[in-house]
Amino acid sequence: MHDLTKSEWLALEKKAYELRKLTLQTTVWAGSGHLGGGMSILDLLTVLYHKYLNIRVEEPQWEDRDRFILSKGHAAIAYAPVLCDKGFNPVEMLKTFNLSGSKMGMHLDSNKVVGVDASTGSLGHGVSIAAGTALAAKLMGKDYLTYVATGDGELGEGSNWEGFMTLNHYQLSNCIVFIDRNHCMIDGPTEDVMKLEPLADKMTAFGFNTVTVDGNNIGELCGAIDAAVERSKEPCAPTCIIMDTKKGAGVKTIEGDYLWHYGAIDDALFEKFNKELSEDYKARCERAEKEGK
Amino acid sequence: MAGGFVYNAVDQTELSTAEIYGKALADIIMRDQKVVAITADLAKSTKLGDVLKVCPERVINVGIAEQDMFGVAAGMARAGMIPFLSGFSAFTSMRACDQLHTDICYQNVNAKIIATHAGTSFGQAGSTHHAITDLAITRAMPNLTVIVPADGFETANAVNAAYDNFGPYYIRINRGFDRVLYENMDYGFEVGKAVEVHPGTDITVIACGSCVFQAREAAKFLRNVDGIKVRVLNMHTIKPIDRDAVFKAAEETGHIITVEDHSVIGGLGSAVAEAVAEAGKLCTLKRLGHQDKFAPIGLHEDIMSEVGIDANGIIAAVREALGIDFEEDDNWDDEV
Repeated sequence: MHDLTKSEWLALEKKAYELRKLTLQTTVWAGSGHLGGGMSILDLLTVLYHKYLNIRVEEPQWEDRDRFILSKGHAAIAYAPVLCDKGFNPVEMLKTFNLSGSKMGMHLDSNKVVGVDASTGSLGHGVSIAAGTALAAKLMGKDYLTYVATGDGELGEGSNWEGFMTLNHYQLSNCIVFIDRNHCMIDGPTEDVMKLEPLADKMTAFGFNTVTVDGNNIGELCGAIDAAVERSKEPCAPTCIIMDTKKGAGVKTIEGDYLWHYGAIDDALFEKFNKELSEDYKARCERAEKEGK
Repeated sequence: MAGGFVYNAVDQTELSTAEIYGKALADIIMRDQKVVAITADLAKSTKLGDVLKVCPERVINVGIAEQDMFGVAAGMARAGMIPFLSGFSAFTSMRACDQLHTDICYQNVNAKIIATHAGTSFGQAGSTHHAITDLAITRAMPNLTVIVPADGFETANAVNAAYDNFGPYYIRINRGFDRVLYENMDYGFEVGKAVEVHPGTDITVIACGSCVFQAREAAKFLRNVDGIKVRVLNMHTIKPIDRDAVFKAAEETGHIITVEDHSVIGGLGSAVAEAVAEAGKLCTLKRLGHQDKFAPIGLHEDIMSEVGIDANGIIAAVREALGIDFEEDDNWDDEV
């Protein structure tokens, strides 16, 4: 259960809306982008960067900071706007996204883009890296947390399951795993291309304290993260939050459409998608008013 | 010489090369709390026993999961630790190739890979456990320094150097005992600088790893029997290759032979060939090593003999390169 007040929830919705608009704009600047998987995870990125992560914009390499590892690195089209909006990099940099000579490509380089904790893009790497930062915290007596987000189709990479085993074996409850369950991969729905279900049972069998929430509902998401953070205080089974999401969340035309894994938008679509975002935002605010405390 | 762990000639005869690595790492881990050892169910095989004795809490075993080992190491390095990964060369270079490339090299983290059971040193295990492509793979990875020590003394030097210098290192050592090349650690080891282990002006043999001892034996034989002056260079660092030493060898001796327990494609021989070709020096070049073939099963020394990278193979190659004909003597047995 979340304990978000109406005003906090509304503030987070406003930020998520702004970031969705900036993601759309970045897709236009970039020429194209991984819009579907970027939008599906944007609520998580919003609450992490505006509620949970203990980080310092003015000291990005602060050694006691919380870590966030975006294992589904192609969601950079949404992650880069989040980092720029936060102040780690100038927002102007987004205009160079994907362009020749830019520091910012469709998968972010941790040595070039400030605020990025791991260079990802090749799928199935983030969980093990997160296990490493979480283990390092234990060995060095630090109490920072590591958050890692994978895609669902990404779980076909066997290396994820090696990382899951390590997280469980070392009882790294200081690492919180998110699975962006948007049910789509490049070639089609996940259950058509390569079955994942029963996913929650799999994660539980791998030793996780597993919860499933609506990943595009900020209240539900925060409730699950609050509980996982509470658990992180003692070494125990790590938490896996399966976020049931919609690919392209917020833009009705592309919601749930696997063909929007990657795409380009012209001026007409840009206008249409922005309008849909605005309508979605209104509905979200109504939900926050109703369900917020 | 780098600071840190020093061991003596008695150790060298009693310890396998990997055990010397274990001792060197135990010394480092005691001195620096940021250092951590990671392995994938090969703590015993890669000789981490001494590290386990002095600091068991900083030996992380991830089970049989090389990809995970590399990712975990990258995460630890990103968090400020200095991980030493230990595993068999075949698996550190191939099973976890993407993780080595992306998590370690692309991110340019301070992680050190100690790849044991190099080349065909685990000969009886067959080609699944031989590593004859790892230098080709690792040499192509930006930011990675690649070292192939020739004996235990050099292994200790390489491990100390990897600790002293920031950035990813790949150090490839043999299973079991190596023939002793040096008398002690103090012979002027420097990353990226070849060491001359036998002087000569007629031809240069450039070798790495277990082939350096064989090359020096061949040089001694050729000096005594044929009067040929063979320069032997221990090219312990495959990347960055010592181009100056290669240029000098091409210019001063006109003939180069490379010797490695690795495919002739992509390893030491290729690195030397590239340097020679770019130098524009007139020079003959012969690459000894695995000739685009999987190696047979057998003892390491038998495989080296079969492949022609032992002293006999090197002697034959030198004679051929210099165009020296040895007349057949039908009455050779009456001279015994």
